[in-house]
Amino acid sequence: MSSTINTGSKSDQSDASGKLDLRGASGGGMFDYAPAPESVKAPIADTYGLFINGEFVDPSSGDRFETLNPSNEETLSMISSASVSDVDAAVQAARDALPEWSGLPGSVRGKYLYRIARRIQERARELAVLETLDGGKPIKESRDIDIPLAAAHFFYHAGWADKLEYAFPGKTPEPVGVCGQIIPWNFPFLMAAWKIAPALACGNTIVLKPAETTSLTALRLAEICQEVGLPKGVVNIVTGAGETGSALVDHPDVDKIAFTGSTGVGKMIAKATAPTNKRLTLELGGKSANIIFEDASIDQAVEGIVEGIYFNQGHVCCAGSRVFVQESVLDTVINKLGDRLASLRVGDPMDKNTDLGAINSKEQLGTINRYLETGTSEGATRHDVNPCEVPEKGYWCKPCFFTGVQPSHAIAREEIFGPVLAVMSFRTPDEALSRANNTPYGLAAGVWTDKGSKIFDMASKLDAGVVWLNTYNKFDPASPFGGFKESGFGREGGRHGLAAYLK
Amino acid sequence: MSDERLPIMKTYKLYIGGKFPRTESGRSTLVQDSSNGLTAHVCHGSRKDVRNAVEAAHSAHSKWSSATGYLRGQILYRLAEMMEGKRSELAEAIGNEHATREVDASIDRVVHFAGWTDKYASVMGGANPVSGPYHNFTIPGSMGVVGCVCPDQPPLLGLISMIAGPIALGNSVVAIVSESNPIPAMVLAEAFATSDLPGGVVNLITGFREELVPHLATHREVIGVHAGSVSDEHRAVLREGAAVNMKRVTIHDDALDYFDESQAQGPAWIDPFVEFKTIWHPSAV
Repeated sequence: MSSTINTGSKSDQSDASGKLDLRGASGGGMFDYAPAPESVKAPIADTYGLFINGEFVDPSSGDRFETLNPSNEETLSMISSASVSDVDAAVQAARDALPEWSGLPGSVRGKYLYRIARRIQERARELAVLETLDGGKPIKESRDIDIPLAAAHFFYHAGWADKLEYAFPGKTPEPVGVCGQIIPWNFPFLMAAWKIAPALACGNTIVLKPAETTSLTALRLAEICQEVGLPKGVVNIVTGAGETGSALVDHPDVDKIAFTGSTGVGKMIAKATAPTNKRLTLELGGKSANIIFEDASIDQAVEGIVEGIYFNQGHVCCAGSRVFVQESVLDTVINKLGDRLASLRVGDPMDKNTDLGAINSKEQLGTINRYLETGTSEGATRHDVNPCEVPEKGYWCKPCFFTGVQPSHAIAREEIFGPVLAVMSFRTPDEALSRANNTPYGLAAGVWTDKGSKIFDMASKLDAGVVWLNTYNKFDPASPFGGFKESGFGREGGRHGLAAYLK
Repeated sequence: MSDERLPIMKTYKLYIGGKFPRTESGRSTLVQDSSNGLTAHVCHGSRKDVRNAVEAAHSAHSKWSSATGYLRGQILYRLAEMMEGKRSELAEAIGNEHATREVDASIDRVVHFAGWTDKYASVMGGANPVSGPYHNFTIPGSMGVVGCVCPDQPPLLGLISMIAGPIALGNSVVAIVSESNPIPAMVLAEAFATSDLPGGVVNLITGFREELVPHLATHREVIGVHAGSVSDEHRAVLREGAAVNMKRVTIHDDALDYFDESQAQGPAWIDPFVEFKTIWHPSAV
C-alpha cells in the first residue's frame, strides 16, 4: 500500500538512517506483533426469542433473521423479528408493569439498577467478546470502553433513583410512562445502557429495540434483567428491523420515544409522532469539527485527530470527521497524521492489538465506499497510507483521509460514519468558527491550543452540545451528551439527562 | 357641528427589526378597539412578513446572546419600567374588567424573567464529576430564533409569557400575537422600541394564525417554537416543523392559567429554549 502524500519531513523513526521502522508493524514492518486473540468464549444460542414480560418468547410470525459476524461473514445466530402484535404485547407488558414500578420507593428502584450494574461487571468479558463478535469493533474497545461505561451508567443512575426531587428545582418528578427506545448498531450495549438506566431510575417502563445487526448483547441484558429479579414487564426487548421500530413509534400507548440514529430517520419519527402527544428525544447525526491551532501541542493534537475519527471505525455520531488545521502547521499535521495512520492496525477485531476492526455491515461498507468515490470524483486527494492486509472475508475499510477538500464537497458536509476524514485549513479563529459552525449538525467539536482564553472563546462560540478541549471522544455517565440543531434534542447522562424521562 | 373633537384613528403596524413597517402584503383588517369603541386597523401579516421578521431576529441573535446576563437583565427591567409608564394605555387596549390586573401581572412577569438572566446558568448548569482527570462543566446558552404563537387570551400576559423566557437567555423571537385582540401587543411594541431592547430581538406579527402558523412551523431558521393554546391542527403542524430542521417545540395546555405564577413562570419556561453545552478539558499534564 503506498502513500499518496509527499512525506518529505518524516518523523525520526522512519528516516533513511537505519533507525527502526515500527510503522505498519502488522502489515510487514520489521517487527510483527504476534496474534493475541481474546480467549474468553461467549456462548451463543442458535436462535433467540423476544424478551416480553420477563420471558423469552417466540415471535408471533415465526420470522427470524440472521445476525452475522462482520469480520468473517459467518452466521452467529437467528434473531426474532417482532411484528406489530409482538410490539403490542411488549407495550402492554410495559404498561401493566408501570404502576408498580413507578410506585416503588426510589431507593428500591436504585437497588435493582445497582444489581444490574454489578451483573454487567461480573459478565463484562463475555459481553465484550459478544459485542465484538456481533458488531466488529476491536475487543480492546468493547472491553475497555463500551462495557465498563455501560456498567458505570447503571451505577450512576442507580444513585439518582431516590434523589430525583433534588434534580430540578421547583419540580415534582414524575415518570413519563412507557418509553419506546430505539438504538443504533455502533455502540449496541452502551446505547442500551444510556437509554435504559435513566428511564428506569426515573420510574418508567421500557420497550427497547436494538439495531437489527447487533441484537445479541441487548438480549444478554435481558438475561441480566431476569438474573437480578427485575419485575416482569419493566424492561422488554423487541428485536427486528425498521418495521419493528415503526410499530413501536406508531403504538398509541407509548408515551415517549427516545431514538439514537440518523438525522433522516429522526425526522421521520418527528413527523410520525407530530399528530400525537408523544414526547421525543432524538440523538442524531453529526459532522463534528476538530480544530487544530498552530500553538497546539501538535503531537497530542494528531492523537486527538486519530481518536476523533478512527475510534470504532468512525462509526461514531460525534466523530471528528472534519479537521480544520491552521495553515502554518498544515503540512506538519498532514505528515504526522500520515505517519500515525500508517501505524494503525486493522484486522481481526478479536485480536487485542487491533486498532480498527470490521465495518459493521455490508450495507454500511457500501455507503462508505460510495463516499470514498465521491471524495475523489469531486476533486479531493485521498491519502490511503495504511499498509495492513485485511482478511478476504468480512467487511473492511482501511482508515484514510482526504486533503484538498472544499466546503461544498459531500465528504465535508455529510455524515459518512466510517474511518474517513476530511482535512481542511483555516487562517484566523473567526474563519475556523464560521466554517466549523457552517453545518446543519451541532453534536460535538474539538479545539486544540495551549492558549486558555482562546480555547474558551472558541468553546463558547461553537454550536455544539459537547466541546472537547485538548481532548476528544471522552464519555462519562455524569457528563450530559447531546446535540444542537439537526443533531437532535435532549441530553443523555448527567443531571440534565434525567429531564428526558421526567414530566 | 358638534364641539366634540374628532379623534385620530390609529393604524397599528407590525414590529420588525426595531421598526414599525406596514405589512408587505398591503392588507389590513378591522379590529374593534375596545378602548373607545372605534374600529382600528391592524396589519394583516403575510408569509413574507414572517420571513422578514425571522431574518431580523436572526441578525439580532448573535449580539443579544453574547450580551452578559447582567446587561440583558438591565434591559428587561428597563422594559418593565417602560411598561409601567404605559399602564393605562395597555389596560385600555386590553379593555376588559381584568385589564389592570393583566397589565400588572405582565409587568411583574417581565421583572421575574429579568432576574433569571444572570442566575439561570448557576441553577441549571453544573460541574460534572467525571471519573477522570478532566474539568467538565455544562452551561446553558441560547438556541437562536424562537417562534411564538401567542394565545388569544390573555392578549398581553399571554404574549409576555411566550417571549420573556426565551429572550431572557439570549434568544430572539418572532411572535404571532393574539388574533382576537392584537392591539395590546402593538402598544407593547412601543415599549419595546423605547426600551433598550435591541431591534430584532422581539418581532411582532399581527394577522391570522391559519395563514401564518404553517410558515413559522416550516421556516428553517426558526429552531424553537413556543405556543399557547392552539388548535389540534396547528399543534400537529407545529410538531411536524420539527421534522424540517429538528425544531424544539413546546405547546402549552389549554387549561394553563397565565395569571398563576406557580404555573406560568420560573425556569421551566426557559428550559425548552436553551441548549446545554458540555465542555471537557484535561486537568492533568
